[in-house]
Amino acid sequence: MSTAIESLVNREYQYGFVTEVEADTIPRGLNEDVVRAIAAKKDEPEWMVEWRLKAYRRWLTMTEPHWPNVTYGPIDYQDMIYYSAPKSVKPLASLDEVDPELLRTYEKLGISLTEQKFLAGVAVDAIFDSVSVGTTFKEELGKQGIIFCSFGEAIQSHPDLVQKYLGTVVPHSDNFFAALNAAVFSDGSFCYVPKGVKCPMELSTYFRINAADTGQFERTLIVAEEGSSVSYLEGCTAPKRSGNQLHAAVVELVALDNASIKYSTVQNWYAGDAEGVGGIYNFVTKRGKCVGVNSKISWTQVETGSAITWKYPSVILQGDNSTGEFYSVAVVNNRQQADTGTKMIHIGKNTKSTIISKGISAGRGNNSYRGQVKVMPRATGARNYTQCDSMLIGNECGAHTFPYIEVQNDSAMVEHEASTSKIGEDQIFYCKQRGLNAEHAISIIVSGFCKEVFQNLPMEFAVEAQQLLGISLEGSVG
Amino acid sequence: MLEIKGLRANIGENEILKGIDLTVNKGEIHAVMGPNGSGKSTLAQVIAGHPAYEVTAGSVTYDGQDLLDMEPEERAQAGIFLAFQYPVEIPGVTNAYFLRSAYNAVRKARGEEEVDPLEFLDVMEEKMKLVDMDPSMLNRSVNAGFSGGEKKRNEIVQLAVLNPRLAILDETDSGLDIDALRIVADGVNKLRTPEKSAIVVTHYQRLLNYIVPDFVHVLAGGRIVKSGGKELALELEEHGYDWIQNEQSAAGAGSRA
Ligand SMILES: Nc1ncnc2c1ncn2[C@@H]1O[C@H](COP(=O)(O)OP(=O)(O)O)[C@@H](O)[C@H]1O
Ligand SMILES: [Mg+2]
Repeated sequence: MSTAIESLVNREYQYGFVTEVEADTIPRGLNEDVVRAIAAKKDEPEWMVEWRLKAYRRWLTMTEPHWPNVTYGPIDYQDMIYYSAPKSVKPLASLDEVDPELLRTYEKLGISLTEQKFLAGVAVDAIFDSVSVGTTFKEELGKQGIIFCSFGEAIQSHPDLVQKYLGTVVPHSDNFFAALNAAVFSDGSFCYVPKGVKCPMELSTYFRINAADTGQFERTLIVAEEGSSVSYLEGCTAPKRSGNQLHAAVVELVALDNASIKYSTVQNWYAGDAEGVGGIYNFVTKRGKCVGVNSKISWTQVETGSAITWKYPSVILQGDNSTGEFYSVAVVNNRQQADTGTKMIHIGKNTKSTIISKGISAGRGNNSYRGQVKVMPRATGARNYTQCDSMLIGNECGAHTFPYIEVQNDSAMVEHEASTSKIGEDQIFYCKQRGLNAEHAISIIVSGFCKEVFQNLPMEFAVEAQQLLGISLEGSVG
Repeated sequence: MLEIKGLRANIGENEILKGIDLTVNKGEIHAVMGPNGSGKSTLAQVIAGHPAYEVTAGSVTYDGQDLLDMEPEERAQAGIFLAFQYPVEIPGVTNAYFLRSAYNAVRKARGEEEVDPLEFLDVMEEKMKLVDMDPSMLNRSVNAGFSGGEKKRNEIVQLAVLNPRLAILDETDSGLDIDALRIVADGVNKLRTPEKSAIVVTHYQRLLNYIVPDFVHVLAGGRIVKSGGKELALELEEHGYDWIQNEQSAAGAGSRA
């Protein structure tokens, strides 16, 4: 390896710092009292407590899934902390009350929570460990009837909406990690766009894990009423720690008649070091339901972080003529593992889905695409197009594809294309001969490979995602 | 400007270059001719620094610097440009983006200011005219789906944009019809200055009617077996490479006798 490359390999994870804040923490371990204590911290109504307990009891009967193509040691659920909040954050705090130390943390992450300074046109909710530290542009959105707030606040201020939609897409019993989340989730974002309203700005949530040995279990619910539309983006980082931390989030999206939701993720949780020590276990359930006719849900994800990623953002295409999309870039380097993909469940007539998956494997990373396309008997005229491309950098990484196609209606058309390529020495040499260094060359080649996905990111974030990709692959050749 | 001495290079276990000596001075054009498989591309790739080739002996200096000690991108930034015999495809990356990245990387290395996309369009417009390239190619992926001729022209567009001091053209003429050949050669000639040099690798004499060399070298079996002026290319055209090889073996037989 050249020295230039070596120094890049050893480059620090940029977001690996720890913020010193006094935390309000519930002791380690999980039982009904812990569940109740979390609910009590947030002053939750009885129906919420009951829902949590129902989920907890269900979780006790479930076992951790081991079908993903990833390996890791046993997780001790009794040795984990389920709630940690900076002491200075009171629920419902206004932005002015936010601890300056926390504001500085977000500034350091490149996210300004002071509205006047923030990148115009993006409203942000920031989640620090278990709680929301502030939501920007709330008033302006409120004028149009859009609700964008922390989940905790939604439970207090909009209980009818939360009760109506919570668990309708991802039930409390859905899977092991979703049940765990339902029991112990502490915060997250809530968004409601009323009938006919096109949300005028990007909504964004920034998730930050800070405390050690703490799981992060946020829950996001987005409801788009008839004829409305919204674009939402989440970003994630965490400090460098030698232990693994569990992140088990749930996201539910509901799109009614003629509504559309675009959900983008740039996931950059700490990935562990080059030898695979530390890093986030990102075990996430994300699902959208196109309830109404002509509705549309589009997932775009750029997954570069986490030691292990296990997630399948899915769309249930229930309304006739509804559309589901999944655009994904998943990068693994060093010892990272990812098992990710989507499910498109065609129930309504003339439903359409598109899946574009770009998997990049470098170092000793292992990347699996797992995707299901299911066409139910009533889904006359259903269409799916799947394109699943893998790119390998080096000889020690792995790429796998697991497509599951189930068609129960003869008129359906399902198309699947897959390819695997290797970044060739010749491609890199060609770029170098034109004056570009190895890192730049790889970043250019890879961003070309991922083009169809980046095109679907909101403009403000496409550049960031591209840079992130370059950084996560730094040092992968040499 | 470029001084190659006793250069030997392997690919895997096979020695391809078996002792090359070649000096290129400022302003000179050298043609390197020879039969297929004689090592012409290998020589070009070794000068550019392709990692697949291992240099086992000899030296290459460029402007007094040890070229073999430099990374390929450093060589490029120092003004060495290779127009590839087989240009590589980079799907999804537009020519405009790729070229601007390269242009800025080279400028940056030279301590010059980088240009923004709009300024770069002005640069491009002029250079594309040079080889009669359709502006729509700017938005196409680098070489992806290009015809053989388009790829070769694209190499010359890149050459024009990066404005190197030593250009190496590896079989730029192959795959070009006579009109395209004339356009490409005209383009190269327009870029000529007394400060710049070129090594033109070709199998056929044809290109040398348009890009007139100062010297012609014949490479066979990894060695330069004959050097001369531009008339050597015509002799080769007339007699074929067998003539050199026969002459060689005759000389070999003679010296043993
Ligand atoms: N990548 C490679 N692997 C193995 N052999 C190679 C490779 N590249 C070139 N060679 C061999 O090296 C010799 C010289 O090739 P090359 O330099 O391409 O010749 P030319 O350009 O004169 O046609 C040939 O015998 C060719 O087979
Ligand atoms: Mg050749």
